[in-house]
Amino acid sequence: MSGVAGAVRELGYRSLVVVAQLGSLLVFAGAIVRAFAAPPYRLRRWAEEIFNLGVLSLVIICVSGLAVGMVLGLQGYNTLVRFGAESSLGAVVGLSLIRELGPVLSALLVTGRAGSATAAEIASMVTTEQIDGLRMMSVDPIEIVVMPKASAMLFVMPVLSTLFILFGIGGAYVIGVHLMGLDAGIFLSSLTSAVRFSDDVVGSLVKGLIFGALIGLIATFRGYHARPTSAGVSSATTSTVVITSVAILITDYFVTALWGFQI
Amino acid sequence: MAATEPDAPHIALDGVRMAFDDRPVFDGLSCAFPRGRISVILGGSGCGKTTVLRLVAGLVRPLAGRILVDGEDVAQLDERELVRVRSSIGMLFQGGALLDSLTVFDNLAFPVRERTDLPEPEIARTVASRLQAVGLHGVDDLLPGQLSGGMLRRAALARAIVLSPKILLCDEPFSGLDPISVKRIELLLARLNRRLGITIVVVSHHIASTVRLADRVLLLLPDGAVSGAPEELKASPDRDIAGFFDEDLDESLEPEPVGGATSSVEGRP
Repeated sequence: MSGVAGAVRELGYRSLVVVAQLGSLLVFAGAIVRAFAAPPYRLRRWAEEIFNLGVLSLVIICVSGLAVGMVLGLQGYNTLVRFGAESSLGAVVGLSLIRELGPVLSALLVTGRAGSATAAEIASMVTTEQIDGLRMMSVDPIEIVVMPKASAMLFVMPVLSTLFILFGIGGAYVIGVHLMGLDAGIFLSSLTSAVRFSDDVVGSLVKGLIFGALIGLIATFRGYHARPTSAGVSSATTSTVVITSVAILITDYFVTALWGFQI
Repeated sequence: MAATEPDAPHIALDGVRMAFDDRPVFDGLSCAFPRGRISVILGGSGCGKTTVLRLVAGLVRPLAGRILVDGEDVAQLDERELVRVRSSIGMLFQGGALLDSLTVFDNLAFPVRERTDLPEPEIARTVASRLQAVGLHGVDDLLPGQLSGGMLRRAALARAIVLSPKILLCDEPFSGLDPISVKRIELLLARLNRRLGITIVVVSHHIASTVRLADRVLLLLPDGAVSGAPEELKASPDRDIAGFFDEDLDESLEPEPVGGATSSVEGRP
């Protein structure tokens, strides 16, 4: 009986910790929104973060998009040709990339590259007392460190996701048309007739925005609340990648369902 | 106007209780730091010396008790109200806490740009005067990572005083420094106190500097805290208190070399 009571107590304690963390995350998000809305706007800091998080992620996004598109082109063609439906390759690749693979895979890549770097940078600032140093200078660290990073992530994620999709479609085009001999016109007409702007493209951009917000929020939150030790920096970085990746996959399901697909 | 008289408390802790997770740090700590004086906090590792500074700065909050800075209880203030109190406090962190992506000049200019409307030429003059005050030359364009430990500490001190605070909190300003750097920072603190009348609170393990520098010493012990002039505490009949001022303690605790043999300077060829 004591074992059961202990387990219930442990479960209750862990539930309280999760609720407290969620509450703390919401308060943190509120502080970021407040810092974003109120002057000074710190456009220079924002532009620097756009460069750090977005421009420096371009290579990995473009190369990965191209590789995923090429694999999709190869697998898609070889599967579709069995049913005599290889003319649908453009539609299959386009819809897969625009609806799901583009936003999700680019978000996971950005989490690994920019999300982890963001968490590690802020956690290092906590460890070396730079965050406390800012507070002692009567400067809000949320305003000067956290907000530019989180808001830049929100902005760059839909752009990176779109680039991933474009390079993916390019990769599939190269494989389908130049390697497998599919007619270029068939590939493109299949793609353009299947993709609907209002549903597919807008939905993809909305996913990019939501994933950007998730990455920015979780990475800055984990970094800002890191324990001031080397292990704390490491833990903040690892937990950012794990929590954000899981959050992206779970959120993807709900966004997809709510955007007009069947649950 | 008693509050502005020398030796009137500028900072006071009253019945402060503090714990990290389940580990208690203080249980009812009360002490005061006089205005315009240099106070040094001594104590064993982990006894909460740095925590006292962080409480005064409002960086952590006590579980109970009052922390009065200029008569205002900072424990009751929210982050926005603390901005006003912190504008009169400069803090020298143990590691310097300079922003590592900014040059030394920009580190010093940063709080001035953020907190004042001074034009750039005036900011440059202010920064130059503070760097001169701490004896740093030609380091404006260097990043903190390019400075030696002593230079880093002095640059951080220059930033701590760039807005002319009334209170300066220094966390281990002498740790890890060579004797010349220790002496230099010691002189800087004494000069700041003497010329500008800044109330300075220093956390230190450096007994020799403490004796030379301190007007008052707060000694944190496992069962409470005692305070007094360094000479008073040094002459205390309580061995736990007087023992802290034994500058030869470190040497007497040195382990004997293997084999019991000791080399001496005289024995060298």
